[in-house]
This record gives sequence, C-alpha cells and structure tokens, in this order.
Amino acid sequence: MSKRQVHLAAHFPGVNNTTVWSDDRAESQIAFSSFEHFARNAERGLFDFVFLAEGLRLREQKGRVHDLDVVGRPNTLTILAALAGVTDHIGLVGTLQTTFNEPLELAKQLATLDHLSGGRAGWNIVTSSDAFHGANFRRGGFLEHADRYTRAAEFVDTARDLWDSWQDDALVVDRAVGRYADRSRIRTVDHHGPQFDVTGTFPVPRSPQGRPVVVQAGDSDEGRDLAATRAEVVFSLHTEFEDARRFSEDLRDRLQRAGRSQDDVLILPGATFVLGDSTAEAEERGRAIRRAQVSPATAIAFLEQVWNRDLSAYDVDGPLPGVDPDVSSESITRGRVRHVRDVEALVRGWRERAEAEHLSIRDLVIEASTRGGFVGTPEHIAAEIDRYVQTRATDGFVVVPHTNPYGLDEFVDRVVPLLQERGVYREAYDPDATLRQTLGLDSA
Amino acid sequence: MPDRVALVTALQGAGWHPAAWRAPDSGVERLRSLRHWRDVIVEQDRLGIDAVTVEDSFTAGPIDDDGALDVTTVVGGLDALLVTAAVAPATRQIGLVPTVSVTHTEPFHVATSVQTLDHVSSGRAGWRLQVSPSVREAALFGRRTFPTSTSVPDAATTAALFAEAREVAEVVSRLWDSWDDDAIIRDVSTGRFIDRDRIHNADFRGDFVSVHGASIVPRSPQGRPPVFVLAHRADAAALAVDVADVVLVTPGFDGREARALVSEIRHLEQADPSRASRPVVADLAVLLESSSAAAEDELAALDAAAGRPYALGSGSDAQVLATTVPELVERIGSLRDDGIAGVRLRPLRTPRDSTAIARRLVPALVTAGLRADVSSRPLADLRTRLGIAPAVSRYARPPEVHA
Repeated sequence: MSKRQVHLAAHFPGVNNTTVWSDDRAESQIAFSSFEHFARNAERGLFDFVFLAEGLRLREQKGRVHDLDVVGRPNTLTILAALAGVTDHIGLVGTLQTTFNEPLELAKQLATLDHLSGGRAGWNIVTSSDAFHGANFRRGGFLEHADRYTRAAEFVDTARDLWDSWQDDALVVDRAVGRYADRSRIRTVDHHGPQFDVTGTFPVPRSPQGRPVVVQAGDSDEGRDLAATRAEVVFSLHTEFEDARRFSEDLRDRLQRAGRSQDDVLILPGATFVLGDSTAEAEERGRAIRRAQVSPATAIAFLEQVWNRDLSAYDVDGPLPGVDPDVSSESITRGRVRHVRDVEALVRGWRERAEAEHLSIRDLVIEASTRGGFVGTPEHIAAEIDRYVQTRATDGFVVVPHTNPYGLDEFVDRVVPLLQERGVYREAYDPDATLRQTLGLDSA
Repeated sequence: MPDRVALVTALQGAGWHPAAWRAPDSGVERLRSLRHWRDVIVEQDRLGIDAVTVEDSFTAGPIDDDGALDVTTVVGGLDALLVTAAVAPATRQIGLVPTVSVTHTEPFHVATSVQTLDHVSSGRAGWRLQVSPSVREAALFGRRTFPTSTSVPDAATTAALFAEAREVAEVVSRLWDSWDDDAIIRDVSTGRFIDRDRIHNADFRGDFVSVHGASIVPRSPQGRPPVFVLAHRADAAALAVDVADVVLVTPGFDGREARALVSEIRHLEQADPSRASRPVVADLAVLLESSSAAAEDELAALDAAAGRPYALGSGSDAQVLATTVPELVERIGSLRDDGIAGVRLRPLRTPRDSTAIARRLVPALVTAGLRADVSSRPLADLRTRLGIAPAVSRYARPPEVHA
C-alpha cells in the first residue's frame, strides 16, 4: 500500500514574537517584494498553499499600541490577489473575519480571487465578538460572545449558497442569438436567518473551484464543531505528537457525528523549525532564536500579559515577581488571543519551575513561550514529519518560519528533497490542479 | 510633470456598449481570467495611459423590463479592487483606480485595501469612491432598507447616503494618515519595532460611521492615494468638491457643457478658501474607427444588435462618440480650452477601442502637443502623474529648525 502523502502550507511570518524582526536579513513586512519572495519560494517547495493572517486592529498593551513585535500588515485579500499575479500553482489562503464582514461581499471577493488565480483560493474562517476590534467598524462590538459561531456557521452557509447559485454552464455566450447567459441556470438567492438576510443574484459567475476551500483554526469546542461540520482544512494549535494525535482523534469523532468522512478534512498543525547540520548545532541555533524572540522588553511584556499588571520595574535577569497576578481586572492586553484558563495555577507552576531550575524572568519566558516545532537535522525533521503523517497524527503541517521573507528558504532547500526521497511528497504540481485538487479534496 | 491632458481609460466588462460582447474578437470568454485583464491593462501601461479605472458592482447586471436579469448583455463580474491588485505586479507606470462602494463596504476595509494596492503598485493606487443608491444592492446585503417602491431611493435617503459618503471619505483619509512615514524604527537596542508616538488613532465618531483605531497598514507610498468622484449630478458635485482629488464630469449630461461644469466645480471650491483647485476630467464613451462613416456604421450595428441605441440619456450618462482619432484629438483639445484637465475614455468595445486609444490616440495626442512622448516620461506616483500635490499628513510634524 502506498504511503500517506504529506501536505505542507507556508505561514507568512506574523505580528507576534515568533517573528524575529531584529535578524540581519529581515525585510519589510509590508513591501510586496517580501510576499512575492515568500510565495514563490513556497511554490518552489511545492507547498499546497501560502497562508496569510489578518489584522483588524493594532494590538495594545496597557492602553497603548504594543510596540515590541512586528506591527502593521497589509489587507489580506489585496495581497492574495497580487500573489495570484506572480504565482502559478500554489494555493492562496487568507484569514477573513465573519464578524466584521458581510457574506455577499466576502463571497464576491473570494470568488474573484478564485477566478483570478485559476482556482487557488482558500478562506480561513475566524470569529470574534469583542468591542476592541468592533470599535473599528460601523456596528462596533455588536455580537454576543455566544453568537460568534452561530454567525460564523450561518455566514459560511450563506456564502456557499451564493457560490452555488450559478451553475457551471450558466454562461452560454451565444453571439448569434444575443444571449450571454441562461437565466434558468442562475438561481436567485433568498436567505433569511437570525444573522443575515440576503436576497438577489450573486454578482460573480461560478469560479473554477466552485467553492473556495474553507479552513478553520479555532480551538474551542464550538470552533471544533464548526470545523467538523463545515471546514475542509483545520489549522490546529496541537503540534506535539501526542497532543496532535489526541486532537485528530477528537476531530475525527466530531466528523463522524456530523456525518462526514475522515478524508473530508485535512488537519495541519502550525510548526516552527530550526535546522542544523548536527543536533547540537540545531539546538544551539534554537537557543539563539529564542533569545532573539524574547528581548528583555518582550519578556516583561509577556509576564504582564499573564500577571495582568505593570511589571516594568522588574529585572528580567532576576527572579519572577513576588506579586500575585491580577485576575479580577479587565485584561491589559487587547487584540490577541491567550489560551490560558487558570492563571493562578499557571503562575504557581512557573514559580516552582524557576526555583528548581534557577531561571530568571527572561529564561522562564523563553521556556514558557516556546512554540511547538521541530529542532534538528533535516533528516530528523523529515523523519518526524513522515512519522506524524503515517501514524495519522496529522496530514502535514503549516510551516511557520522565524524570519521574513527568507526564513522558509532553507526548509525548501533541505527538508523538501528528503520528504521526496521518502516517497511522501510530490515531485511536481499537477499543472492544471485547483487548490482543492492539490489538497486531494473532493470537488465542490 | 503631468501631461497637458490627462488620459484615463475606464474599463468595464467587454466594453461599455451592451452589445460589445457579441463581436467575434471581444474575447468575452476570458473576461473572468487574470490573463484578460493583464493583457488589456499592460497594453494601456506600456503605451502611456495615465490610469485605468475599473468598474464594480454588487449586482450581477442590469435588469430588463420584467425585473429579471438582462442576459442579452454581459452579466456577472469580478471585484474591481482585486482585479487591479492582481494586475499591479505586471505593470510599471499606470495608475490603478478601482471603484469601491462607500455605502456597503466597511470604511476600515476600504482604507486598508486601497493602501495595500498602493504598496503593491509602488504608489500607483487610486480610489473611485462610489455611492450605491441601488435597492437591489441593498437587498443583497440585507443590512439596510431604502424606503422606496421603485429601484431608486427617495430624496431623503439619497441625501443620507451622500452624508454617509462624506463621513466614510473623512475616516478613510484619517486612517491613511494614521501612520507617520517614519513610524517603523526597528530599534534593536530598546526592542521597539515602532515608535508608537508616530501612530495616531482615527478617533472618528460620525452619524453613520465610527472608527476608533489606527490603520493596520503602515503609510503607503502616496500617503493618500487620489480619490476620484464622478460628479454627474449636483449632489455628487458637492461631494466631489468636499472629498475628491480628481472630479469626473459628464459634459452634455442634463444639457450642461464642459465650460459650465468646470465653473460649477470652481464655484463650489471657492466656498472654502483652503481648497485647492483640482483636476476636472471629462468622461466620454468612444468607439474609434479609421473613418467617421465606418465608426457610425459600427455603432449602428451594435445598437441594432442591442435592440436600442446606446447614447447620452439612453443607457449612458456620458456622450457617446463614434469617431476617428483626429476628431477625438480635436474634441480633447477643445475640452482643454474649456478648462478640462483630461479625459476618462470609456471604450465601447474592449479590447478593440481600448487598443485604439493606446496605440493610435496616444501618439496623435503627442503629435498634437497635448502629451509627452511615452519614452520621455519618468516613473512617478499617480498623484504626480495627475498633477496633484503630494499628500501631507494631518499629523505631520513641523520641520525641525536648526539655528
């Protein structure tokens, strides 16, 4: 029996401290040349898609714009459209909010991207409901937190309804008779639900994929259910092997309950990587990257996010603050998601660890904020990726480089050929494939 | 230095004539492909057109007398801003001016997408601001209802839509200014990526629109890409003078000629002494052939195919000229004498007339002394190309004085 194939996506370096902007070769996070290099390199590595996150408000800490990480990014759809103009095969996937967009407009934009790219568009659904982001939009923070996923589900269903409203053969282009389209093959959409009322004819004829690929990244119970009912790719947070396997089992259970096959969804955890010629060299590089990611100012800011109070007076090379976290006040951090449920337990654990291992504030933050990822020789990393995929812990990874825009280059140069040698990675793109086909998904 | 006459091509579907798609060479089968748009716009770029505008709509197309989609013409289209973004990397000089609605699109999305287009094109983005008073568009969004029984809203609703458009233009302009040019400092010694004193919240609270924060996009090459407004009616003219950098007018519409339109704009400008006089550009729909007779025959054939004439007041708000290149040069020259800064030409047939504009009209305008030769034109951003002063941020610090 043939081996399961690895799927890889490339995450453009984001606006958190994973991205090392102080690197000598780091370039502009906004210049199109950075995106062009990144996407072309990912395409050289035969990745399934490039992935772009979205920003709708600059992050704040203690009431001011957070200034220690990369700040500022482009509009997601505009960059993806421009990338359609400089790439030929790779999928173009962006995060786009369901809370601060309307189905008609987003469906129109995604269908346009699908046409312009020859069937390479994908949409990562995210939801939010907070008044912080809402303050940049007409309706403000209008949505109850509990309704986030209700709206997201109805949004996706409405978008699908719109995409499906033109039949593949609606455009007859009969010049002699003067009939451009067959009206009977274009359905008027008439959607009425708790969140949306959409009536009329969708403005974009059926796109190459029919429906752009739907990606989901939320990790809550409702988020996982949304993935199980509507997503085709899940961008998960669960990178460590056992964790990844548990997540996949959970999602497969949900898929079964939703009446879908486990092959209907690809699960791709995010993963950073550090390469070296030897394990020791990779580990040494890893330590240097982590120190660059956690500057003294970033270490204090990180603790402040957890403690929820001003800690600027503390020495980063000294012990953890003796003061307890403020769990009763409103968060001082806005515009980012922290997955911490029990702050007091977390802090207790950190204190015990710092004491036992003699860690300073900065050391502790470096240990605590390390994201799941691979560190080792190219052979080791290729073998690990293969192991995850053959054991069905994942279907592949969303690779997250540390630097923009060259951070992915060495992965393409050194890891991709080894995956090919193992017979688990494509040797070339199918020249006419849509993203859906590249991912091995059923047609829409 | 801008040319003596600005030249803009307005792209829409297979052309502005409803029957244009029926020509054997219309290429209408490729209308939704990037290749089509790239071919058409790259030709305009190489041959020296200042800018292209791209039309946009939330509806699939016009409706017929029975209220059903009129499928005798092209229906369905693409998002204009994304089309211009996709074409941007293949072009070098030309301004890219998509139409984006202020009635339905969130101001924050308008601001960041046009800024991003400006980054992608190295300073060649513009924005044709459009108010969408269509009941059909509103029904597709379902967020607002216009009190009306016909396809157009009543006067009070229209006035509110224009008031809203002013607010959106203001908030977009604030978002465009929200990052200073030098906000990104990458100061490794303090660990700071930005100087946050150089980023300013929009802090706008209006009757229709509120935006609190700064843009997520760092300042774009032009700072504020030029805003185009089509002023074919009095309320639109007032809006244009309030918010636009370039005013598009339609000589002949409502019986008003170019000279009167220009003086109306100048008069409105004088109401506020801080307003500079801005370029007024005339819209003309054109079909170009080598003789007047051939041009008239071609238009007659298209009209016969459509079953109705395409003319000013009949399907078009701009004059429709079936003409020759020399006659069009003459017409442009006389518009210039009337105070018009340039023309936005709506090709009746794309690519046939867009190609004629690029290949034949441009050299004829050079010969007539109305345009500089393409090869002698330096790279410039769109504001410079159109003779608009650089955008100075409302937050600009006064230059430091050295004793």
